[in-house]
Amino acid sequence: MKMVKNKFMQGNAACVEGAISAGLKFYAGYPITPSTEIAELCAEKLPKIGGRFIQMEDEIASMGAVIGASFAGVMSMTATSGPGFSLKQENLGYASFVEAPCVVVNVMRSGPSTGLPTSPAQSDVMQAKWGTHGDHPIIVLCPDSVKSMYELTIRAFELSEEFRVPVILAADEVIAHMREAIEIRDDLKPVQRRYTTKKPGEFKPYDDSEGLVPPMAKFGDGYRFNTTGLMHDTEGFPTSDPVKSQKLQDRLRDKIEKNLEKIVSVKTYNMDDAEVAVFAYGSTARSAMAAIVEARSNGVKAGLIVPETLWPFPEKIISMYAEKVKAFVVAEMNMGQMVYEVERCMHGKAKLLTVFQANGELIKPELILNRIKEAVK
Amino acid sequence: MPKYELRLSGSGGQGLILAGIMLGEAASIYDNKEATQSQSYGPEARGGASRSEVIISDKPIDFPKVRQADFMLSMTQESYDKYISGLREEGVLLTDSFFVTKVKPRTGPVYSMDLTKIAAEKAGKKIVANVVSLGAIVALTNVVSLEAMKKAVLDRAPSGTEEMNLKALEEGYNAALELKGKILQEMKK
Repeated sequence: MKMVKNKFMQGNAACVEGAISAGLKFYAGYPITPSTEIAELCAEKLPKIGGRFIQMEDEIASMGAVIGASFAGVMSMTATSGPGFSLKQENLGYASFVEAPCVVVNVMRSGPSTGLPTSPAQSDVMQAKWGTHGDHPIIVLCPDSVKSMYELTIRAFELSEEFRVPVILAADEVIAHMREAIEIRDDLKPVQRRYTTKKPGEFKPYDDSEGLVPPMAKFGDGYRFNTTGLMHDTEGFPTSDPVKSQKLQDRLRDKIEKNLEKIVSVKTYNMDDAEVAVFAYGSTARSAMAAIVEARSNGVKAGLIVPETLWPFPEKIISMYAEKVKAFVVAEMNMGQMVYEVERCMHGKAKLLTVFQANGELIKPELILNRIKEAVK
Repeated sequence: MPKYELRLSGSGGQGLILAGIMLGEAASIYDNKEATQSQSYGPEARGGASRSEVIISDKPIDFPKVRQADFMLSMTQESYDKYISGLREEGVLLTDSFFVTKVKPRTGPVYSMDLTKIAAEKAGKKIVANVVSLGAIVALTNVVSLEAMKKAVLDRAPSGTEEMNLKALEEGYNAALELKGKILQEMKK
Protein backbone atom coordinates (compact mmCIF):
# COMPACT_ATOMS: atom_id res chain seq x y z
CA MET A 1 0.00 0.00 0.00
CA LYS A 2 1.26 3.44 -0.79
CA MET A 3 2.07 5.55 2.22
CA VAL A 4 1.26 9.21 1.86
CA LYS A 5 1.62 12.24 4.00
CA ASN A 6 -0.24 15.39 3.22
CA LYS A 7 1.95 18.47 3.29
CA PHE A 8 1.29 22.11 2.51
CA MET A 9 4.35 23.41 0.68
CA GLN A 10 5.82 25.67 -1.98
CA GLY A 11 6.40 24.48 -5.53
CA ASN A 12 10.15 24.76 -5.03
CA ALA A 13 9.94 22.51 -1.95
CA ALA A 14 7.79 20.03 -3.89
CA CYS A 15 10.48 19.94 -6.57
CA VAL A 16 13.09 18.92 -3.99
CA GLU A 17 10.74 16.29 -2.50
CA GLY A 18 10.16 14.87 -5.98
CA ALA A 19 13.85 14.90 -6.84
CA ILE A 20 14.76 13.05 -3.65
CA SER A 21 12.00 10.49 -4.24
CA ALA A 22 13.40 9.94 -7.72
CA GLY A 23 16.87 9.31 -6.29
CA LEU A 24 18.63 12.69 -6.42
CA LYS A 25 22.05 12.41 -4.77
CA PHE A 26 23.95 15.39 -6.17
CA TYR A 27 23.11 19.06 -6.52
CA ALA A 28 25.47 21.76 -7.76
CA GLY A 29 24.23 25.26 -8.24
CA TYR A 30 24.50 28.96 -7.78
CA PRO A 31 21.48 30.43 -5.97
CA ILE A 32 19.27 32.82 -7.89
CA THR A 33 15.83 34.26 -7.31
CA PRO A 34 13.19 32.78 -7.66
CA SER A 35 14.74 29.30 -7.56
CA THR A 36 16.81 29.72 -4.38
CA GLU A 37 14.63 27.57 -2.11
CA ILE A 38 15.56 24.56 -4.23
CA ALA A 39 19.26 25.09 -3.47
CA GLU A 40 18.56 25.78 0.20
CA LEU A 41 16.49 22.63 0.66
CA CYS A 42 18.98 20.47 -1.24
CA ALA A 43 21.77 21.84 0.98
CA GLU A 44 19.75 20.84 4.02
CA LYS A 45 18.44 17.48 2.87
CA LEU A 46 21.07 15.85 0.64
CA PRO A 47 23.83 15.41 3.24
CA LYS A 48 21.33 13.56 5.46
CA ILE A 49 20.68 10.89 2.84
CA GLY A 50 24.25 10.32 1.72
CA GLY A 51 24.10 12.89 -1.05
CA ARG A 52 26.20 15.95 -1.80
CA PHE A 53 25.41 19.63 -2.25
CA ILE A 54 27.94 22.04 -3.72
CA GLN A 55 27.53 25.75 -4.19
CA MET A 56 29.74 26.44 -7.19
CA GLU A 57 31.39 29.66 -8.26
CA ASP A 58 28.83 30.23 -11.02
CA GLU A 59 26.16 28.60 -13.16
CA ILE A 60 28.59 27.40 -15.83
CA ALA A 61 30.61 25.44 -13.31
CA SER A 62 27.42 24.14 -11.66
CA MET A 63 26.28 22.62 -14.93
CA GLY A 64 29.74 21.10 -15.41
CA ALA A 65 29.63 19.53 -11.95
CA VAL A 66 26.18 18.10 -12.64
CA ILE A 67 27.44 16.43 -15.83
CA GLY A 68 30.45 15.01 -13.98
CA ALA A 69 28.27 13.60 -11.21
CA SER A 70 25.93 12.09 -13.78
CA PHE A 71 28.81 10.23 -15.43
CA ALA A 72 29.95 9.08 -12.01
CA GLY A 73 26.60 7.32 -11.67
CA VAL A 74 24.41 9.50 -9.47
CA MET A 75 21.19 11.34 -10.20
CA SER A 76 22.11 14.98 -10.44
CA MET A 77 20.28 18.26 -10.68
CA THR A 78 20.74 22.00 -10.70
CA ALA A 79 18.25 24.87 -10.48
CA THR A 80 18.42 28.41 -11.75
CA SER A 81 16.52 31.27 -13.33
CA GLY A 82 16.81 33.41 -16.48
CA PRO A 83 20.31 34.93 -16.24
CA GLY A 84 21.70 31.68 -14.83
CA PHE A 85 19.91 29.63 -17.46
CA SER A 86 21.65 31.68 -20.12
CA LEU A 87 25.02 30.85 -18.57
CA LYS A 88 24.19 27.16 -18.45
CA GLN A 89 23.54 26.92 -22.16
CA GLU A 90 27.07 25.97 -23.24
CA ASN A 91 27.31 23.02 -20.87
CA LEU A 92 23.69 22.13 -21.52
CA GLY A 93 24.68 21.55 -25.15
CA TYR A 94 27.59 19.45 -23.94
CA ALA A 95 25.28 17.37 -21.70
CA SER A 96 22.94 16.83 -24.61
CA PHE A 97 25.75 15.77 -26.97
CA VAL A 98 27.61 13.47 -24.56
CA GLU A 99 24.19 12.14 -23.47
CA ALA A 100 24.52 12.84 -19.75
CA PRO A 101 21.20 12.29 -17.95
CA CYS A 102 20.48 15.25 -15.66
CA VAL A 103 17.72 17.60 -14.58
CA VAL A 104 17.89 21.39 -14.88
CA VAL A 105 15.16 23.40 -13.16
CA ASN A 106 14.59 26.87 -14.59
CA VAL A 107 12.19 28.88 -12.46
CA MET A 108 11.27 31.48 -15.05
CA ARG A 109 11.31 35.13 -14.07
CA SER A 110 10.78 38.21 -16.12
CA GLY A 111 13.57 39.06 -18.59
CA PRO A 112 15.50 39.88 -20.72
CA SER A 113 18.79 40.23 -18.83
CA THR A 114 18.20 40.71 -15.09
CA GLY A 115 14.64 41.86 -15.87
CA LEU A 116 12.19 41.75 -12.98
CA PRO A 117 13.98 39.33 -10.67
CA THR A 118 11.07 38.54 -8.35
CA SER A 119 8.28 38.44 -10.94
CA PRO A 120 6.96 35.54 -13.00
CA ALA A 121 7.38 35.03 -16.74
CA GLN A 122 7.32 32.25 -19.31
CA SER A 123 9.82 33.80 -21.63
CA ASP A 124 12.49 31.08 -21.64
CA VAL A 125 10.41 28.42 -23.36
CA MET A 126 12.11 28.81 -26.74
CA GLN A 127 15.51 29.18 -25.08
CA ALA A 128 14.89 25.89 -23.26
CA LYS A 129 14.76 24.18 -26.63
CA TRP A 130 17.09 26.30 -28.74
CA GLY A 131 19.29 28.17 -26.25
CA THR A 132 22.40 26.14 -26.92
CA HIS A 133 23.87 25.98 -30.39
CA GLY A 134 23.56 23.05 -32.74
CA ASP A 135 20.83 20.47 -33.23
CA HIS A 136 20.40 18.67 -29.97
CA PRO A 137 17.87 16.47 -28.21
CA ILE A 138 16.29 17.90 -25.09
CA ILE A 139 13.02 17.45 -23.16
CA VAL A 140 11.20 20.33 -21.47
CA LEU A 141 8.42 19.81 -18.90
CA CYS A 142 6.16 22.50 -17.45
CA PRO A 143 4.30 22.27 -14.09
CA ASP A 144 1.01 24.12 -13.42
CA SER A 145 0.54 23.34 -9.71
CA VAL A 146 2.56 22.39 -6.65
CA LYS A 147 1.40 18.79 -7.15
CA SER A 148 2.54 18.79 -10.75
CA MET A 149 5.90 20.32 -9.75
CA TYR A 150 6.37 17.24 -7.52
CA GLU A 151 5.21 14.76 -10.14
CA LEU A 152 6.99 16.32 -13.12
CA THR A 153 10.29 16.47 -11.23
CA ILE A 154 10.07 12.71 -10.77
CA ARG A 155 9.09 12.35 -14.43
CA ALA A 156 12.09 14.53 -15.41
CA PHE A 157 14.48 12.07 -13.77
CA GLU A 158 12.73 9.09 -15.38
CA LEU A 159 12.91 10.61 -18.85
CA SER A 160 16.48 11.82 -18.45
CA GLU A 161 17.63 8.29 -17.60
CA GLU A 162 15.49 6.50 -20.15
CA PHE A 163 16.66 8.68 -23.02
CA ARG A 164 20.05 9.90 -21.72
CA VAL A 165 19.09 13.53 -22.16
CA PRO A 166 19.08 16.65 -20.04
CA VAL A 167 15.50 17.39 -18.99
CA ILE A 168 14.49 20.98 -18.26
CA LEU A 169 11.75 21.64 -15.73
CA ALA A 170 10.42 25.00 -16.90
CA ALA A 171 8.54 26.26 -13.86
CA ASP A 172 7.57 29.86 -13.22
CA GLU A 173 7.75 32.08 -10.14
CA VAL A 174 4.05 31.70 -9.33
CA ILE A 175 4.11 27.90 -9.22
CA ALA A 176 7.52 27.89 -7.48
CA HIS A 177 6.40 30.11 -4.61
CA MET A 178 2.75 29.32 -4.05
CA ARG A 179 1.81 26.78 -1.41
CA GLU A 180 -0.70 23.97 -1.90
CA ALA A 181 -1.27 20.67 -0.17
CA ILE A 182 0.28 17.64 -1.85
CA GLU A 183 0.63 13.97 -1.05
CA ILE A 184 4.22 12.91 -0.64
CA ARG A 185 4.63 9.23 -1.37
CA ASP A 186 7.23 7.31 0.54
CA ASP A 187 7.08 4.05 -1.42
CA LEU A 188 8.63 5.31 -4.65
CA LYS A 189 11.61 3.39 -5.95
CA PRO A 190 14.50 5.53 -7.18
CA VAL A 191 14.79 5.82 -10.95
CA GLN A 192 17.20 3.21 -12.30
CA ARG A 193 19.92 3.77 -14.86
CA ARG A 194 20.50 1.23 -17.58
CA TYR A 195 24.11 0.02 -17.31
CA THR A 196 26.07 -1.99 -19.83
CA THR A 197 26.30 -5.75 -19.48
CA LYS A 198 29.50 -5.77 -21.53
CA LYS A 199 32.93 -6.23 -19.98
CA PRO A 200 35.46 -3.40 -19.80
CA GLY A 201 37.37 -3.49 -23.08
CA GLU A 202 34.27 -4.52 -25.04
CA PHE A 203 32.20 -1.53 -23.94
CA LYS A 204 31.58 1.36 -26.33
CA PRO A 205 30.03 4.47 -24.74
CA TYR A 206 28.00 5.39 -27.85
CA ASP A 207 27.22 1.94 -29.15
CA ASP A 208 24.28 2.24 -31.55
CA SER A 209 23.93 -1.46 -32.33
CA GLU A 210 21.34 -2.29 -29.67
CA GLY A 211 18.93 0.60 -29.87
CA LEU A 212 18.74 4.34 -29.93
CA VAL A 213 19.87 4.87 -26.32
CA PRO A 214 23.23 3.29 -25.49
CA PRO A 215 23.61 1.79 -21.98
CA MET A 216 26.11 3.58 -19.75
CA ALA A 217 29.11 2.61 -17.64
CA LYS A 218 30.03 4.21 -14.34
CA PHE A 219 33.29 6.14 -13.97
CA GLY A 220 35.41 4.22 -11.51
CA ASP A 221 33.99 0.78 -12.26
CA GLY A 222 36.90 -0.26 -14.43
CA TYR A 223 35.47 0.93 -17.74
CA ARG A 224 37.81 3.26 -19.62
CA PHE A 225 36.21 5.41 -22.26
CA ASN A 226 36.46 8.81 -23.86
CA THR A 227 33.76 11.42 -24.08
CA THR A 228 33.92 14.72 -25.93
CA GLY A 229 31.90 17.65 -27.16
CA LEU A 230 33.42 17.13 -30.59
CA MET A 231 31.55 15.02 -33.13
CA HIS A 232 32.33 11.47 -32.02
CA ASP A 233 32.18 7.85 -33.10
CA THR A 234 30.65 4.97 -31.14
CA GLU A 235 33.82 4.70 -29.03
CA GLY A 236 33.54 8.33 -28.01
CA PHE A 237 36.58 9.57 -29.98
CA PRO A 238 36.49 12.64 -32.21
CA THR A 239 35.65 12.03 -35.84
CA SER A 240 35.09 14.17 -38.90
CA ASP A 241 33.76 11.29 -40.97
CA PRO A 242 30.54 12.61 -42.60
CA VAL A 243 28.83 9.20 -42.55
CA LYS A 244 29.52 8.67 -38.83
CA SER A 245 28.62 12.31 -38.10
CA GLN A 246 25.25 12.05 -39.81
CA LYS A 247 24.56 8.70 -38.16
CA LEU A 248 25.07 10.23 -34.73
CA GLN A 249 22.89 13.25 -35.56
CA ASP A 250 20.15 10.92 -36.80
CA ARG A 251 20.28 8.77 -33.68
CA LEU A 252 20.14 11.79 -31.37
CA ARG A 253 17.05 13.04 -33.21
CA ASP A 254 15.42 9.62 -33.41
CA LYS A 255 15.80 8.72 -29.75
CA ILE A 256 13.29 11.50 -29.04
CA GLU A 257 11.24 11.61 -32.27
CA LYS A 258 10.63 7.85 -32.36
CA ASN A 259 9.54 7.81 -28.72
CA LEU A 260 7.04 10.65 -28.70
CA GLU A 261 4.30 8.41 -27.30
CA LYS A 262 6.43 7.69 -24.25
CA ILE A 263 7.47 11.31 -23.77
CA VAL A 264 4.66 13.67 -24.75
CA SER A 265 1.98 14.35 -22.19
CA VAL A 266 -0.92 16.79 -22.46
CA LYS A 267 -3.85 17.45 -20.12
CA THR A 268 -7.19 18.49 -21.60
CA TYR A 269 -10.31 19.88 -19.94
CA ASN A 270 -13.77 20.17 -21.49
CA MET A 271 -12.37 19.60 -24.97
CA ASP A 272 -14.96 17.00 -26.07
CA ASP A 273 -17.51 19.54 -27.35
CA ALA A 274 -15.30 22.65 -27.32
CA GLU A 275 -15.68 25.31 -29.98
CA VAL A 276 -12.81 27.33 -28.59
CA ALA A 277 -9.60 25.71 -27.37
CA VAL A 278 -7.39 27.64 -24.99
CA PHE A 279 -3.73 26.62 -25.07
CA ALA A 280 -1.90 27.59 -21.88
CA TYR A 281 0.85 26.15 -19.71
CA GLY A 282 2.36 26.69 -16.25
CA SER A 283 0.63 29.23 -14.03
CA THR A 284 -1.13 30.71 -17.09
CA ALA A 285 -3.06 27.43 -17.30
CA ARG A 286 -4.62 28.34 -13.93
CA SER A 287 -5.87 31.65 -15.33
CA ALA A 288 -7.07 29.84 -18.44
CA MET A 289 -8.98 27.32 -16.31
CA ALA A 290 -10.82 30.16 -14.56
CA ALA A 291 -11.54 31.68 -17.98
CA ILE A 292 -13.03 28.52 -19.53
CA VAL A 293 -15.23 27.89 -16.48
CA GLU A 294 -16.51 31.46 -16.77
CA ALA A 295 -16.97 31.09 -20.55
CA ARG A 296 -19.03 27.90 -20.06
CA SER A 297 -21.26 29.67 -17.55
CA ASN A 298 -21.81 32.31 -20.25
CA GLY A 299 -22.82 29.61 -22.70
CA VAL A 300 -19.58 29.51 -24.70
CA LYS A 301 -18.20 26.02 -25.24
CA ALA A 302 -14.58 26.54 -24.26
CA GLY A 303 -11.99 23.89 -23.49
CA LEU A 304 -8.40 23.90 -22.29
CA ILE A 305 -5.24 22.20 -23.53
CA VAL A 306 -2.36 22.17 -21.05
CA PRO A 307 0.89 20.68 -22.34
CA GLU A 308 2.99 19.06 -19.61
CA THR A 309 5.65 18.50 -22.27
CA LEU A 310 6.58 21.72 -24.06
CA TRP A 311 9.40 20.00 -26.00
CA PRO A 312 9.04 17.82 -27.91
CA PHE A 313 6.01 19.90 -28.84
CA PRO A 314 2.70 18.00 -28.78
CA GLU A 315 2.10 18.41 -32.52
CA LYS A 316 -0.42 15.63 -33.06
CA ILE A 317 -2.92 16.69 -30.44
CA ILE A 318 -2.87 20.32 -31.58
CA SER A 319 -3.43 19.29 -35.21
CA MET A 320 -6.24 16.97 -34.13
CA TYR A 321 -8.09 19.68 -32.18
CA ALA A 322 -7.46 22.30 -34.88
CA GLU A 323 -9.74 20.17 -37.09
CA LYS A 324 -12.50 20.19 -34.47
CA VAL A 325 -12.65 23.70 -32.99
CA LYS A 326 -13.52 27.07 -34.47
CA ALA A 327 -10.67 28.89 -32.79
CA PHE A 328 -7.60 28.59 -30.61
CA VAL A 329 -6.67 31.11 -27.94
CA VAL A 330 -2.98 30.97 -26.95
CA ALA A 331 -2.10 32.66 -23.65
CA GLU A 332 1.46 32.96 -22.40
CA MET A 333 3.48 35.24 -20.11
CA ASN A 334 5.80 36.42 -22.87
CA MET A 335 5.52 38.37 -26.10
CA GLY A 336 4.55 35.29 -28.11
CA GLN A 337 6.71 32.15 -28.22
CA MET A 338 4.91 28.79 -28.13
CA VAL A 339 2.19 30.40 -30.26
CA TYR A 340 4.36 29.81 -33.33
CA GLU A 341 4.41 26.08 -32.65
CA VAL A 342 0.65 26.05 -32.11
CA GLU A 343 0.10 28.01 -35.32
CA ARG A 344 2.38 25.65 -37.26
CA CYS A 345 0.46 22.61 -36.06
CA MET A 346 -2.97 24.15 -36.71
CA HIS A 347 -2.33 24.11 -40.49
CA GLY A 348 -4.65 27.09 -40.85
CA LYS A 349 -7.69 25.00 -39.87
CA ALA A 350 -9.01 27.37 -37.18
CA LYS A 351 -8.88 31.00 -36.14
CA LEU A 352 -6.03 31.99 -33.83
CA LEU A 353 -6.29 34.61 -31.07
CA THR A 354 -3.63 35.48 -28.52
CA VAL A 355 -3.01 36.90 -25.07
CA PHE A 356 0.61 37.91 -24.53
CA GLN A 357 1.74 39.72 -21.41
CA ALA A 358 5.29 40.25 -20.13
CA ASN A 359 4.90 42.85 -17.38
CA GLY A 360 5.77 40.59 -14.43
CA GLU A 361 2.14 39.82 -13.55
CA LEU A 362 0.16 36.65 -13.92
CA ILE A 363 -2.34 36.99 -16.79
CA LYS A 364 -5.80 37.72 -15.41
CA PRO A 365 -8.60 35.31 -16.42
CA GLU A 366 -10.67 38.23 -17.81
CA LEU A 367 -8.12 38.83 -20.57
CA ILE A 368 -8.39 35.23 -21.72
CA LEU A 369 -12.18 35.26 -21.35
CA ASN A 370 -12.41 38.34 -23.59
CA ARG A 371 -10.50 36.54 -26.34
CA ILE A 372 -12.70 33.44 -25.97
CA LYS A 373 -15.77 35.65 -26.46
CA GLU A 374 -14.20 37.38 -29.47
CA ALA A 375 -13.42 33.99 -30.97
CA VAL A 376 -17.11 33.00 -31.19
CA LYS A 377 -18.44 36.36 -32.34
CA MET B 1 -18.29 26.48 0.85
CA PRO B 2 -17.68 28.54 -2.29
CA LYS B 3 -14.29 30.13 -2.93
CA TYR B 4 -13.24 32.48 -0.11
CA GLU B 5 -10.31 34.87 -0.55
CA LEU B 6 -8.36 36.28 2.40
CA ARG B 7 -5.59 38.85 2.46
CA LEU B 8 -3.49 39.26 5.62
CA SER B 9 -1.49 42.48 5.56
CA GLY B 10 0.88 44.30 7.84
CA SER B 11 4.59 44.94 7.99
CA GLY B 12 7.47 42.50 7.78
CA GLY B 13 8.04 40.87 11.17
CA GLN B 14 4.41 40.69 12.31
CA GLY B 15 4.27 37.05 11.29
CA LEU B 16 1.56 37.40 8.68
CA ILE B 17 3.19 35.17 6.10
CA LEU B 18 3.41 32.42 8.70
CA ALA B 19 -0.19 33.14 9.71
CA GLY B 20 -1.25 32.65 6.08
CA ILE B 21 0.62 29.36 5.91
CA MET B 22 -1.03 28.13 9.13
CA LEU B 23 -4.45 29.13 7.81
CA GLY B 24 -3.77 27.26 4.58
CA GLU B 25 -2.64 24.21 6.53
CA ALA B 26 -5.72 24.30 8.77
CA ALA B 27 -7.94 24.33 5.68
CA SER B 28 -6.11 21.84 3.48
CA ILE B 29 -4.57 19.37 5.92
CA TYR B 30 -7.12 19.34 8.76
CA ASP B 31 -10.41 20.51 7.20
CA ASN B 32 -9.86 18.63 3.91
CA LYS B 33 -10.54 21.70 1.81
CA GLU B 34 -8.56 23.09 -1.07
CA ALA B 35 -6.21 25.96 -0.27
CA THR B 36 -3.51 28.01 -1.93
CA GLN B 37 -1.27 30.51 -0.20
CA SER B 38 1.03 33.09 -1.71
CA GLN B 39 2.80 36.13 -0.37
CA SER B 40 4.61 39.31 -1.24
CA TYR B 41 8.06 38.49 -2.43
CA GLY B 42 11.25 40.45 -2.92
CA PRO B 43 11.92 44.01 -1.81
CA GLU B 44 8.30 44.69 -0.79
CA ALA B 45 8.41 41.84 1.74
CA ARG B 46 11.19 43.53 3.71
CA GLY B 47 9.55 46.42 5.52
CA GLY B 48 6.79 48.58 4.19
CA ALA B 49 3.52 46.83 3.60
CA SER B 50 3.66 43.08 3.15
CA ARG B 51 0.88 40.60 2.56
CA SER B 52 0.00 36.95 2.62
CA GLU B 53 -2.91 35.66 0.56
CA VAL B 54 -4.96 32.56 1.16
CA ILE B 55 -7.74 31.15 -0.99
CA ILE B 56 -9.92 28.43 0.52
CA SER B 57 -12.55 26.44 -1.37
CA ASP B 58 -14.39 23.13 -1.48
CA LYS B 59 -13.47 22.78 -5.14
CA PRO B 60 -10.04 22.84 -6.83
CA ILE B 61 -8.71 26.39 -7.07
CA ASP B 62 -7.88 27.66 -10.54
CA PHE B 63 -6.55 31.25 -10.48
CA PRO B 64 -4.22 31.19 -7.45
CA LYS B 65 -4.09 34.91 -6.60
CA VAL B 66 -6.61 36.97 -4.68
CA ARG B 67 -8.73 39.06 -7.07
CA GLN B 68 -11.41 40.62 -4.84
CA ALA B 69 -10.78 39.72 -1.21
CA ASP B 70 -13.72 38.55 0.89
CA PHE B 71 -11.72 39.26 4.04
CA MET B 72 -8.80 41.50 4.89
CA LEU B 73 -6.66 41.82 7.97
CA SER B 74 -4.63 45.01 8.37
CA MET B 75 -2.05 45.15 11.12
CA THR B 76 -0.64 48.56 10.07
CA GLN B 77 -2.07 51.79 8.68
CA GLU B 78 0.27 51.58 5.69
CA SER B 79 -0.95 48.12 4.72
CA TYR B 80 -4.57 49.22 5.17
CA ASP B 81 -4.01 52.18 2.86
CA LYS B 82 -2.20 50.06 0.30
CA TYR B 83 -4.59 47.11 0.08
CA ILE B 84 -8.06 48.35 1.10
CA SER B 85 -9.09 48.84 -2.54
CA GLY B 86 -8.66 45.08 -3.05
CA LEU B 87 -11.34 44.24 -0.48
CA ARG B 88 -14.90 43.70 -1.75
CA GLU B 89 -17.27 46.42 -0.59
CA GLU B 90 -19.29 43.88 1.41
CA GLY B 91 -16.12 42.08 2.53
CA VAL B 92 -15.05 41.71 6.15
CA LEU B 93 -12.32 44.01 7.50
CA LEU B 94 -10.31 43.25 10.65
CA THR B 95 -7.79 45.77 11.91
CA ASP B 96 -5.42 46.12 14.81
CA SER B 97 -6.97 49.22 16.39
CA PHE B 98 -3.67 50.37 17.90
CA PHE B 99 -1.92 50.61 14.52
CA VAL B 100 -4.83 51.30 12.18
CA THR B 101 -6.51 54.52 13.24
CA LYS B 102 -7.99 55.85 10.02
CA VAL B 103 -10.61 53.60 8.43
CA LYS B 104 -12.94 54.90 5.74
CA PRO B 105 -16.67 54.21 6.11
CA ARG B 106 -17.71 51.10 4.19
CA THR B 107 -20.68 48.79 3.58
CA GLY B 108 -19.09 45.63 4.94
CA PRO B 109 -18.38 45.08 8.63
CA VAL B 110 -15.31 46.60 10.27
CA TYR B 111 -13.87 44.80 13.27
CA SER B 112 -11.36 46.94 15.13
CA MET B 113 -9.58 44.86 17.73
CA ASP B 114 -6.63 45.33 20.06
CA LEU B 115 -4.91 42.30 18.54
CA THR B 116 -1.38 43.15 19.66
CA LYS B 117 -2.54 44.24 23.11
CA ILE B 118 -4.50 41.01 23.57
CA ALA B 119 -1.35 39.11 22.62
CA ALA B 120 0.78 40.97 25.14
CA GLU B 121 -1.68 41.10 28.02
CA LYS B 122 -3.70 37.90 27.69
CA ALA B 123 -1.27 35.48 26.04
CA GLY B 124 1.95 36.90 27.43
CA LYS B 125 3.86 38.19 24.38
CA LYS B 126 3.27 40.67 21.57
CA ILE B 127 4.87 38.24 19.14
CA VAL B 128 1.74 36.03 19.09
CA ALA B 129 -0.46 38.82 17.73
CA ASN B 130 -0.56 36.88 14.45
CA VAL B 131 -2.08 33.90 16.26
CA VAL B 132 -4.57 36.16 18.07
CA SER B 133 -5.55 37.33 14.57
CA LEU B 134 -6.01 33.76 13.40
CA GLY B 135 -8.39 33.13 16.30
CA ALA B 136 -10.31 36.25 15.31
CA ILE B 137 -10.39 35.17 11.65
CA VAL B 138 -11.92 31.81 12.59
CA ALA B 139 -14.61 33.52 14.68
CA LEU B 140 -15.40 36.18 12.09
CA THR B 141 -15.38 34.08 8.92
CA ASN B 142 -15.82 30.38 9.89
CA VAL B 143 -13.56 29.71 6.95
CA VAL B 144 -11.85 26.92 8.90
CA SER B 145 -12.89 25.10 12.05
CA LEU B 146 -11.38 26.13 15.38
CA GLU B 147 -10.20 22.54 15.85
CA ALA B 148 -8.29 22.57 12.55
CA MET B 149 -6.80 25.96 13.34
CA LYS B 150 -5.60 24.71 16.74
CA LYS B 151 -3.88 21.72 15.15
CA ALA B 152 -2.22 23.85 12.50
CA VAL B 153 -0.94 26.34 15.11
CA LEU B 154 0.40 23.51 17.27
CA ASP B 155 2.25 22.03 14.28
CA ARG B 156 4.16 25.25 13.81
CA ALA B 157 4.55 26.44 17.43
CA PRO B 158 8.17 26.14 18.58
CA SER B 159 8.59 23.70 21.46
CA GLY B 160 7.75 25.37 24.76
CA THR B 161 5.40 27.93 23.26
CA GLU B 162 2.41 25.66 22.62
CA GLU B 163 0.42 26.89 25.59
CA MET B 164 1.03 30.57 24.79
CA ASN B 165 -0.02 30.06 21.18
CA LEU B 166 -3.19 28.17 22.09
CA LYS B 167 -4.05 30.87 24.60
CA ALA B 168 -3.50 33.53 21.93
CA LEU B 169 -5.76 31.66 19.51
CA GLU B 170 -8.55 31.27 22.06
CA GLU B 171 -8.35 34.86 23.28
CA GLY B 172 -8.54 36.12 19.70
CA TYR B 173 -11.44 33.78 18.96
CA ASN B 174 -13.45 34.75 22.05
CA ALA B 175 -12.87 38.48 21.75
CA ALA B 176 -13.86 38.43 18.08
CA LEU B 177 -16.96 36.35 18.72
CA GLU B 178 -18.15 38.86 21.28
CA LEU B 179 -17.42 41.81 19.00
CA LYS B 180 -19.07 40.09 16.03
CA GLY B 181 -22.33 39.76 18.00
CA LYS B 182 -22.30 43.46 18.86
CA ILE B 183 -21.38 44.73 15.40
CA LEU B 184 -23.88 42.54 13.57
CA GLN B 185 -26.62 43.74 15.92
CA GLU B 186 -25.63 47.37 15.27
CA MET B 187 -25.65 46.77 11.52
CA LYS B 188 -29.21 45.40 11.74
CA LYS B 189 -30.45 48.61 13.35
